[in-house]
Amino acid sequence: MWKAFGRHVVLEDVSLSLAEGEVACIIGPSGGGKSTLLRSVNGLERIDSGRIYVDGQLMGYREAGSRLHELSTKALSRSRVEIGMVFQHFNLFPHLTALQNVALGPRHVRREQKRESEAAGMELLARVGLREKSDAYPRELSGGQQQRVAIARALAMRPRLMLFDEPTSALDPELVGEVLKVMEDLAAQNMTMLVVTHEMQFAWECASRVAFMAEGRIVELGPASRVLGDPAEQRTKEFLRRVRVFDPKASRAVGLLDSGSPDS
Amino acid sequence: MSIATIDRIPDRIRAVRSRHPGRWVSGVIVLAIVAGLVYAFATSPFINYGFVAQYQFTGPILGGLELTIVYSVLAEVIGVGVGILVAVMRLSPNRLLSYASAFYIWLFRGVPILVQILLWYNIALIFPTLGIGIPFTSIGYTVSTNAVITTFVAGILALSLNEGAYMAEIVRAGILSIDKGQSEAAQAIGLSPLQAMRLVVLPQAIRVIIPPTGNDFISMLKTTSLVSAISGAELLTQAERIYSTNFRTIELLFVASIWYLALTTLASVGQHYVEKHFSRGTGMEARSTLAGRVRANLRVGRVRGGR
Repeated sequence: MWKAFGRHVVLEDVSLSLAEGEVACIIGPSGGGKSTLLRSVNGLERIDSGRIYVDGQLMGYREAGSRLHELSTKALSRSRVEIGMVFQHFNLFPHLTALQNVALGPRHVRREQKRESEAAGMELLARVGLREKSDAYPRELSGGQQQRVAIARALAMRPRLMLFDEPTSALDPELVGEVLKVMEDLAAQNMTMLVVTHEMQFAWECASRVAFMAEGRIVELGPASRVLGDPAEQRTKEFLRRVRVFDPKASRAVGLLDSGSPDS
Repeated sequence: MSIATIDRIPDRIRAVRSRHPGRWVSGVIVLAIVAGLVYAFATSPFINYGFVAQYQFTGPILGGLELTIVYSVLAEVIGVGVGILVAVMRLSPNRLLSYASAFYIWLFRGVPILVQILLWYNIALIFPTLGIGIPFTSIGYTVSTNAVITTFVAGILALSLNEGAYMAEIVRAGILSIDKGQSEAAQAIGLSPLQAMRLVVLPQAIRVIIPPTGNDFISMLKTTSLVSAISGAELLTQAERIYSTNFRTIELLFVASIWYLALTTLASVGQHYVEKHFSRGTGMEARSTLAGRVRANLRVGRVRGGR
């Protein structure tokens, strides 16, 4: 697919496919188009050329013969239900409690009863380890807790694909681990995940494939062990050297934080 | 970290306080002016305070007071409704809707409210009859405009449509103050744009919208007096009616002023508590004190046309 903002092309001939249950990570310098790619998948950005299929469904359009028909806003909203999105800055609804944040979608999109949606919401909060924080407002939670609530909120719509847009980049270093833990659990449960991240350790351990993106192109795409461990492209090597702390043999305990990355 | 008590501070500074003669002089001048004014009013042979006390609670005045409250509340409520609608239209991706609402705001904010009141009152001169029906056929129902647009209706229409234009800008500012990520997050979980507006954006925008709306309502209490130009039967009209027969002009204007002050003071107090309620727990507790809020709202020059 291709995408331009004004005259500036931000995605250039990008092609990527994910198998069901696969976890793929996109790494690369900021401004390289990673977030735009992710936001295009659930229609927050509109691409200029190409097609995006989620679960066999064309995103954003209806195909009739050789012509594309734009989806109505309602149909677009419905197609987004299948796709969960986690934002860099959490974007929790500050006027609602953790539980209300999680239950809002099921209640107003799937028209569930209050009791039903809240029971399911409690279960999801328990899954991200925040059962006892259900009545807390976002401002009363730490960044890590907020992001875990945001993950629960996305999961509440029972998505078949989860998109993570730098989910740990806005967090204090000591809070990164708890969010990654939740994501690792999700990966272990065979959730299909597309993750834009600077957490090389996470990519190394959880992703089956890693794409290195720069200047709107996928420079290198392959198994995590190869792209991170033995990159073929010069640009990938340079990028990995610049995030310098990466060492495939180190454990997270050593502290692989994205504080040295260009985005933070 | 230990919290030191004040007497543990070593060698506290006990300097001779500096004098501020300027403050004393200006204070005395102000005091003298106030005293002079009070004396002039109190001893004026042309003001009979007995009449003020006598008329303060009479039936026609209280009736006018009641109608002033009705005008204010009704016009403000309709104004808020119109304002929300026009603000959402203004932000619509539909250009035509957006331009239409911009035109509305331009028109109703641009024409003085007194002129608008007179226009609505005289609308029958343009449309002698009002009707609903199918165009180009005789099927339908028609009434005389003057039967529908009474003085009261003309007053309410003028006040609320004018208020709607101001409210639209207040609501628009409130909506725009909410981070774009909020509606994106709402749409990402499958809410439609309208649901995102209703369930996520507007509830947050309320906090930004409330304080200026309170100010507008207090302004509205005073602006209703302009309806006296069409004999709206509200407070000022009633005062005018009485002094046109007994010629106690100043006394009755005082009566009206005392009631307007009472209303605006009451509304200021109410506004203080409403704001406090809506800022609860946000870490932005109402900064102003109650007394300060009352003072601010009574400040001279808060005339609607002046902003």
